[in-house]
Amino acid sequence: MDVIQQIRALSLFRLKRSVILGVKSLWMHKLRSMLTALGIVFGVASVIAMLAIGEGASFEAQEQIKNLGSQNIIIQSVKPTNDATAGEEQRSMILSYGLTYRDLEQIRSTIPGVDVVVPGRRFKDYLWNISRSVDADVLGTVPWYPEMRNRKIKSGRFFSKLEMNDRVNVCVLSDELAHKLFPFNNPIGKELRLQNGYYRIVGIIEAGSTTASVASGGGGMMGGGGGGSGGGAGENQTGMEMLIPLTTLVERFGEVLMKYRSGSFEAEKVDFHEVTVKIDSADRVVGAAEAIRHLLERNHKKLDYQMIVPLELLKQAERTKQIFNIVLGSIAAISLLVGGIGIMNIMLATVTERTREIGIRRALGAKQRDIVLQFLIETILLSGAGGVLGVIVGLAVPMIITHFADMITITRFWAPAMAFTISVVTGIIFGIYPAFRAAGMNPVEALRHE
Amino acid sequence: MIAAARRPIIELRGVEKHYQMGEFTVKALHGIDVTVREGDYISILGPSGCGKSTLLNILGCLDQPTLGEYLLEGSDVAKLEDDELSQVRGKRLGFIFQSYNLIQQLTVVENIEVPLYYQGVSEKESREIAVGLAERVGLGARLDHRPTELSGGQQQRVAIARALANDPAVILADEATGNLDSKSGGDILGIFDQLNADGKTLIMITHDESMARRTSRTIRLRDGLIEYDSDADIGGKAEGGKKGARDQVATA
Repeated sequence: MDVIQQIRALSLFRLKRSVILGVKSLWMHKLRSMLTALGIVFGVASVIAMLAIGEGASFEAQEQIKNLGSQNIIIQSVKPTNDATAGEEQRSMILSYGLTYRDLEQIRSTIPGVDVVVPGRRFKDYLWNISRSVDADVLGTVPWYPEMRNRKIKSGRFFSKLEMNDRVNVCVLSDELAHKLFPFNNPIGKELRLQNGYYRIVGIIEAGSTTASVASGGGGMMGGGGGGSGGGAGENQTGMEMLIPLTTLVERFGEVLMKYRSGSFEAEKVDFHEVTVKIDSADRVVGAAEAIRHLLERNHKKLDYQMIVPLELLKQAERTKQIFNIVLGSIAAISLLVGGIGIMNIMLATVTERTREIGIRRALGAKQRDIVLQFLIETILLSGAGGVLGVIVGLAVPMIITHFADMITITRFWAPAMAFTISVVTGIIFGIYPAFRAAGMNPVEALRHE
Repeated sequence: MIAAARRPIIELRGVEKHYQMGEFTVKALHGIDVTVREGDYISILGPSGCGKSTLLNILGCLDQPTLGEYLLEGSDVAKLEDDELSQVRGKRLGFIFQSYNLIQQLTVVENIEVPLYYQGVSEKESREIAVGLAERVGLGARLDHRPTELSGGQQQRVAIARALANDPAVILADEATGNLDSKSGGDILGIFDQLNADGKTLIMITHDESMARRTSRTIRLRDGLIEYDSDADIGGKAEGGKKGARDQVATA
């Protein structure tokens, strides 16, 4: 309490002189002071940098999830991994699994709040531009797909309802695919070959966040509990996508899709690889998801589907972020604790080393609280300087990471302020014991100290 | 000048100091009665272990007597709190040590300013006082030097200036010339002589008889007792001090 009174009663003039004195004393041992402050520098810098990286990563994950549409429920067909079933199916040469027209019809008619349903079929094949070929995903879907999945048309247009009704051979390419297939010229208006049909390119679409990467990025949660690997849709991670009208796909390729893969050949009958269900309000998404889950459980004996509910993923991501923050907080606390112990260690050494100075000052009229204040100011200066340097480094590191590693980092304004405050508080906490030890010395013995 | 007519600054009455060494109690001082008057120039002599340092520590309010009274300018300082003792040291006493005891990270002027700083003297005023004192001890040209850049004699002169900074009632010197060659030591003693001639009260501990001869009063200690006090009139008797005080009242 004495110290607090002293600090209050202290005129600005005395504080200024005490600070100057502290700086001088620290400056006497430049290297030692710097090394001591370094603990705090790294503590503070790592707190700020980790927070920035964490915020950036969670922002990125949330953006990806939001792009899927927070009012959407995405259901995907997954090839069952059960070996016994697979063997059985191989005899008939046609593998039948996944979402069916019946599922779709039931979802549309029985689940309340279902607004729009976007079905999609998907397979992998080679696309040809004369002699150039690219292995890509072919997705048959409906004209309102981009709007539903928050995907922007970069140039040209998406195919229209009319084109879907007429089963026209038109397609839209993801920008990456367009670049691969037509590296030197504008692909719009040109044609590409898929198997033995030609398709006119009408637009280029931005590569969307693929559902598979979100499912793992959003905390590894697979809605509905799909097996995960092996599904036709699950393989879609390349960003190479060609979108054609669903009707066209059914017309050209039929109900049974043939796959030629590394010598062997495989046929599968899948009505839909992917269905996006839009619920009219965000409040009803969770309930609707639950209802769809029950419906699918009734219709499917095997787990040949998986559900992704972006809203649930979003909540999951927030939980993950909370856990991440707790982990970060612990690391920060530990690093600052280590820094604080470093300061305490050095201050104890300093007090021992300067025992004689303490004795001299006491003989010349210094009260115990003057001595406490002097050493406390030194630790605060030390940790404060470390804090300032730490803030500078902590702000620079995320910038460097963003620049070189192309990662999004977000520094919140309170992060440096908080880290700096904590560093100074650390200095005070770990400085109190050495300061009181210095002040408690017997002046006679302190003067006799060599 | 009659000694008894001068104002007593320090009066020690039956001062004893005991140290607890495990189970044994060691008596360092067995009952000291001394009166120090304004303008006294005293040397305290004695073999090592006789209690000189203990006495000086008590006189300097760095330590407190186990028994007895210590009146400093009329007020008992034997039972003061730590903060009050600091106050007394800072205001009324000046210290000069054998090993100079300057603060290494401060310059000459800043060292002289230390006692003023703890008394809350303003920056400007304390700088003026410090510069004046530095000039008085012949270090006007070395104001911004550090102790390590000075010779022993110069360092001790800084210490003298520092001891004078608060215009103390008594200056206590502990073997002030012990670490110096005879020339520098002589210079320091010259300054002491001058200070005393200016009216300052000085008490110095020494084991050098030749130094003791310069002072106007000599006190010899043996085994924690005063063996000899050249100031016969007071002679370490309590009555003397009282008489002196009465005389002073009478003359005032």
